[in-house]
Amino acid sequence: MHDMPAEPRVPHFSSAKVAATSWGFGDGQAIPWEYAPAPEARDIVKLKERYGLFIGGREVPSSDGEVFATVDPATELVLAHVSKATPADIDKAVRSARRAGSRSWGNLPGRERAKYLFRIARIMQERSREFAILESMDSGKPIKESRDVDVPLAAAHFWYYAGWADKLEYAFPGRTAHPLGVAAQIIPWNFPLLMLSWKIAPALAAGNTVVLKPASTTPLTALLFAEVCREADLPPGVVNIVPGPGAVGMSLVTHPGVAKVAFTGSTEIGRLIAKGVAGTDKALTLELGGKAANIVFDDAPLDQAVEGIVNGIYFNQGEVCCAGSRLLVQESIAETLIDKLKDRLSTIRVGDPLDKNTDVGAINSRAQLEKITELVQSGVDEGAELYQPACDLPERGYFFRPTLFTNVAQSHRIAREEIFGPVLATLTFRTPDEAVEKANNTAYGLSAGIWTDKGSRILHMASKMRAGVVWANTFNRFDPTSPFGGYKESGFGREGGMHGLHAYVRLEDR
Amino acid sequence: MPPRRTTAAAVAGAAAASAPAIPRIEVRKTYKLYIGGAFPRTESGRSYVVTGVDGAPLANACRASRKDLRDAVRAARKAFPGWAGKTAMNRGQILYRVAELMEGRRDQFIAEVSAAEGTSRPAASAAVDRAIDRWVWYAGWADKIAQVLGSSNPVAGPYFNFTIPEPTGVVGVVAPETSSLLGLISRLAPPLVSGNTVVLVTSETRPLPAVTLSEVLATSDVPGGVVNVLTGLKPELIPVLAAHEDVDALDAWGVPDDLRTETEIAALNDIKRVLRRPTTVSEVRFDWSDDRATERPEWIAAFLEMKTVWHPIGV
Repeated sequence: MHDMPAEPRVPHFSSAKVAATSWGFGDGQAIPWEYAPAPEARDIVKLKERYGLFIGGREVPSSDGEVFATVDPATELVLAHVSKATPADIDKAVRSARRAGSRSWGNLPGRERAKYLFRIARIMQERSREFAILESMDSGKPIKESRDVDVPLAAAHFWYYAGWADKLEYAFPGRTAHPLGVAAQIIPWNFPLLMLSWKIAPALAAGNTVVLKPASTTPLTALLFAEVCREADLPPGVVNIVPGPGAVGMSLVTHPGVAKVAFTGSTEIGRLIAKGVAGTDKALTLELGGKAANIVFDDAPLDQAVEGIVNGIYFNQGEVCCAGSRLLVQESIAETLIDKLKDRLSTIRVGDPLDKNTDVGAINSRAQLEKITELVQSGVDEGAELYQPACDLPERGYFFRPTLFTNVAQSHRIAREEIFGPVLATLTFRTPDEAVEKANNTAYGLSAGIWTDKGSRILHMASKMRAGVVWANTFNRFDPTSPFGGYKESGFGREGGMHGLHAYVRLEDR
Repeated sequence: MPPRRTTAAAVAGAAAASAPAIPRIEVRKTYKLYIGGAFPRTESGRSYVVTGVDGAPLANACRASRKDLRDAVRAARKAFPGWAGKTAMNRGQILYRVAELMEGRRDQFIAEVSAAEGTSRPAASAAVDRAIDRWVWYAGWADKIAQVLGSSNPVAGPYFNFTIPEPTGVVGVVAPETSSLLGLISRLAPPLVSGNTVVLVTSETRPLPAVTLSEVLATSDVPGGVVNVLTGLKPELIPVLAAHEDVDALDAWGVPDDLRTETEIAALNDIKRVLRRPTTVSEVRFDWSDDRATERPEWIAAFLEMKTVWHPIGV
């Protein structure tokens, strides 16, 4: 092991345990595999001590001056204090958005809106490193993912929808598309910037203005995005950002000046939001939880499947609504596949999110860590078999080992409830029909994965899945052109692609 | 008389005033062809004088030969797999960057368009702005055209059947004669955005903005050979372009009326796709500033092939 200088903010963990484990040969032969820490420098991020709300193009304190802390989940240290929006602030933000909708933004032809969105995409690309590091600091996700997935995809969404702003007549042939008005948008903490872009880009392209509430544990990249809006000279009020806890979101949803509500988050909160909209004319789209089945047939390319399974459930610590949290494996290959999977798990590196080698970073919050821990305990209590690779966790911060359950029954909580953590529940099946039955045996319906070499079977299985996105021989792929959203209690409406525009327009006959 | 105070500035001023003014000799620009990412002169060594509408000479332009044209087709063919193989989003970004660079050369374009077309500066400036915006409009189609023109088809059987557009290949574009930049861009962007590569024959009488555009393309991320620009005499170049068997499609908008029929006959000999200017539309009077008439997905579609794929569904 190398001598490393004491670096209190970067949790450094011994590689002794890792080195003692086998990593892929299945013969118990230990291959020492050490990684020197490769932490990303934080100095590109200029954290302010305090952040205000972003209303009417300006940073303003909340009306009662109250703030809340946002914490780095990898160190448990406070990163900054952020103004907590009050109902009065929400009212101000909605009014400012309405004004922009009826004046500056509303009067702008599509091609000029497009140019603003292109500008935003460009600035996000230019400041991508800053965004990536800040995202990892505030959310706990590995820098590898924020740098290579979250930020580039977020910029790509602005690119894609920029081009639609002046082409709406081709997305809705024969109809005229009008904006709905002010969109109230509430986003989760698992992909803070990416979810912001999924919400804001199509809304602005279609001519709406927005009031967006980021999650209370991850407000910082949204507030950096506010800076991007200013840098792009976006007219004041087109985008307003109002951080705060759930109650702030409810007062936004129920504000009478809002014409459209878009929510991404848990099914539980989704129900509350939907009830808040009930009885009004507000349009609503919901992107909620999931419990995706990742189905592996006996003819699947197993090594590829193992990578897909790992990516499916351990990507972003499993804090992904479309995570492949249920592994359905054909009985004849179950043993082989589980062995390969266990070997692969022993190579996963858990630790400092800002280390470029890290595969699994910090769990987003203490509350989430407790929820995961509780559900994993229930798995053990209900009789499933637990496997966790031997790896040391940093002493501070919210971390959880990649976890694999075998011998899981469909009735177990870990097979039914969305854990939103790095926890995989394995079940087996014998026939394709049984796989379909088990895969669809859930209240959710966001995504599904199919692994087989047989094309016709992929298409057969895809047609049977009651899920909005089906990945075949791949998993967790996202693209701005590709619609995303769920069946059943995973929500309704689609984001991304042409379908993503539907949620933000009112159509009129020509 | 008090002694005169001498300062450095006063000395310099006196020297400048006493010396005769030497006018700076301007460095003139050579307008060349653009083939395979390089700027060669025509292999024929010929040039012709380009004049403004008032008849005053503006510059010498290359008078490209049939050999230059064949070289250009070869460069375009070579660049095709790479350009067509880029992701649609990447192509869109690269084309958008061309607009960014045009914005940076706005003043040069305005001067050249104004000189070429004999229009006022405000009119030329409006044409250049519109040309940049139109380029952005077309660039935005890169990752959308497949969604608008493609389909999944509910065939009556257990098959997954879908249709996707693919670029045709090498497209010959004969640029409009009168609208030296706005017209040119309106014809050049549609085949490019879907992944075709282009051999462009510029306006014969107003070619200079097209040459400057090729300099923009060369410094953008558009790979060499994706656009090849030839200046010269249309009656010399068009028949060779139309008959060339490695050119898959022809945008014949800028073909002079007296060459129309013979050009189409030559092009159709090897079943080229030909996008024609309607016989009722006058090349000279066409209004390129009309967005509705010139921002048309069907101009992109003219250079697309539709591919339909069948795959069985079953366990």
